[in-house]
Amino acid sequence: MLIGVIIKSLFILIVMVAGLAPVITWIERKQSAVMQDRIGANRADVNGITLLGLLHPLADVFKLISKEDVVPHGANRIMHLISPVIAAVPAVIAFAVIPFGGVYTIGGETISLVAANPDWGLLYIFAIGSIAMYGTVMAGWSSNNNWSLIGGLRASAQMISYEVTMGLSVVGVFMVFGTLQLQDMAVAQDGTFRIFGFLENLFGLALPPWLDWISLPAWGVFYQPLGFVMFLTTIMAENKRPPFDTPEGESEIIAGYHLEYSGMRFGLFFMAEFIEVLVIAGLMTTIFLGGWSVPWLPTETIIAAVAGIFGEGFATGICIIVHFLAFMLKVVFMIWLQMALRWTLPRFRYDQVMDLCWKIILPLSIANIFVTGAVILISEGGA
Amino acid sequence: MVPLDHVIGLSAILFTIGVIGVLTRRNLIVMLMSIELMLNAVNLAFVGFNRLWPGEPGAIAMDGQIFVLMVIAVAAAEVAVGLGIVISLFRNRSSVNVEDMSLLRW
Amino acid sequence: MTAQAFLFYAFAVLAVISALGMVMNVRNTVAGAMSLVITMVALAGIYVLLEAHLVAVIQIMVYGGAIVVLFLFVVMLLNLRSDDFPPRRQRLMKLAGVAIGVFALSTTFRLFGGLPEPPLLPEGYGGYREVGLALYTDYLLLVEMISLLLTAAIVGALILAQRRIG
Repeated sequence: MLIGVIIKSLFILIVMVAGLAPVITWIERKQSAVMQDRIGANRADVNGITLLGLLHPLADVFKLISKEDVVPHGANRIMHLISPVIAAVPAVIAFAVIPFGGVYTIGGETISLVAANPDWGLLYIFAIGSIAMYGTVMAGWSSNNNWSLIGGLRASAQMISYEVTMGLSVVGVFMVFGTLQLQDMAVAQDGTFRIFGFLENLFGLALPPWLDWISLPAWGVFYQPLGFVMFLTTIMAENKRPPFDTPEGESEIIAGYHLEYSGMRFGLFFMAEFIEVLVIAGLMTTIFLGGWSVPWLPTETIIAAVAGIFGEGFATGICIIVHFLAFMLKVVFMIWLQMALRWTLPRFRYDQVMDLCWKIILPLSIANIFVTGAVILISEGGA
Repeated sequence: MVPLDHVIGLSAILFTIGVIGVLTRRNLIVMLMSIELMLNAVNLAFVGFNRLWPGEPGAIAMDGQIFVLMVIAVAAAEVAVGLGIVISLFRNRSSVNVEDMSLLRW
Repeated sequence: MTAQAFLFYAFAVLAVISALGMVMNVRNTVAGAMSLVITMVALAGIYVLLEAHLVAVIQIMVYGGAIVVLFLFVVMLLNLRSDDFPPRRQRLMKLAGVAIGVFALSTTFRLFGGLPEPPLLPEGYGGYREVGLALYTDYLLLVEMISLLLTAAIVGALILAQRRIG
């Protein structure tokens, strides 16, 4: 039991955090370069092998480690030193509840490829987001710098506001799937559903057979399209991703709350932002894009298909690999989407950011809850 | 097993620290934070006692935890209004020291 | 000592030390607010040990993630550098506080010293389902009143903190 948790946590740390987060910096550089019709960073090389710029994250790490660590005069030393840690740690531990594989029975034992599956899994992400706010706020305050203070205040106001709407946006998903556990949500998305099914209950007629076979994978995005858009917006704003990066607006307040940071402390903030990109991708995948499930191919079909040729245990192993690959594919798609959004949209003005949260997304999310409730009532036969 | 009488004792200690904070400090914001600490101590007592009497499997008694949710909501409301008052006071007197706000004293 | 009891004592010591740090901290209000956050997270840990999971998560989200941030807002907006040097008579107050603490502790242990063993928990205790069911069936009036209270608080805070124009 404990061994399983340790193995899964190590896997997450090594593969996701240490392995993928530097690749995301490369994706950001290369994707922005491709979108802007230029080549991007490709000069870092080892003996002339440039690997398309994949060595740049390594070069970044060396550069940041070797820089001088400056603590500004008059700053609160302790807070200045621990703020990057408080900003980076919640981003890493948010992976504890994201499932990267399904629930399988191997040799009579059920393994579930998620590090922790508490009863309140999704609320854990919100709680972690609340704690992550303190890193930026303390960084802004402790730097003894007006620009940092403005950045920190903007960050805290933005993050508090978008936490509220983040919670409300997923209430619809919660109502549809009936559970807060992320692994159970992914399992529930492992099938298909008939999109015209609820018309049956509304009008009391049976569907003609030619309409009956139209089925979509039971993904969250098909159940809750508005919820998908709202959750993507709010979680990007919560993590201060562009276009919501007024706290670190490079052209307005220099670098906002991480102005006075250099060397590896800035590297920690930098890494925290990209790990949060990965967390956003993983979370959106799990809640809305079906997690590790392959569309139109539930787990039993895959295992049965492979077990016909090979053995049962081998079939489960193949299924694990297929599910993990499906998960990574969807995560990569979400990362691409976030990068595309970043490099396409200009930065919002600060009052526009607040307007968007309180005046647009909050009423829309509450309306979403009402409509979702109504549709659920209708599709269950009005019980 | 968590020793429940120690939970109540911890609640009493935290409450007392909150009371010391309200009585001795003269910074309005620290006084408000000490009030928050007292509310937290009360929450802890509620949750501890609810753990002691959780009800039967058919009729689970969650009264303590519901009360805790209400106390958290009331604390949030109180902090919002209290900090609004602090801001108004600061705009008038440029200080958050309670000893500077003694106009109504004899 | 079981692991649960050890964790409880660790969280309890952390909570008391952070609470003292918040109250005794004279120079730096922001550090005091951070100590308060540590207290609240420690208390959330104790709630998890007491099997009240929903309350623990809500404690971190609401208290640690919103209420203390409000305090930090005000401190940063008003740019308050603390200069709260207590006069001599405050020592008398602190002594009185310690006396109250000793009295409270002794009363607590006299009244609750022999608490029975915590009973076995029914299924679903502390989960959001049971709390939600109870909230929306037995305590519905409470929920409505709390919503009114929060609306009043929002309106009040907005009016109080507005700048008067002209």
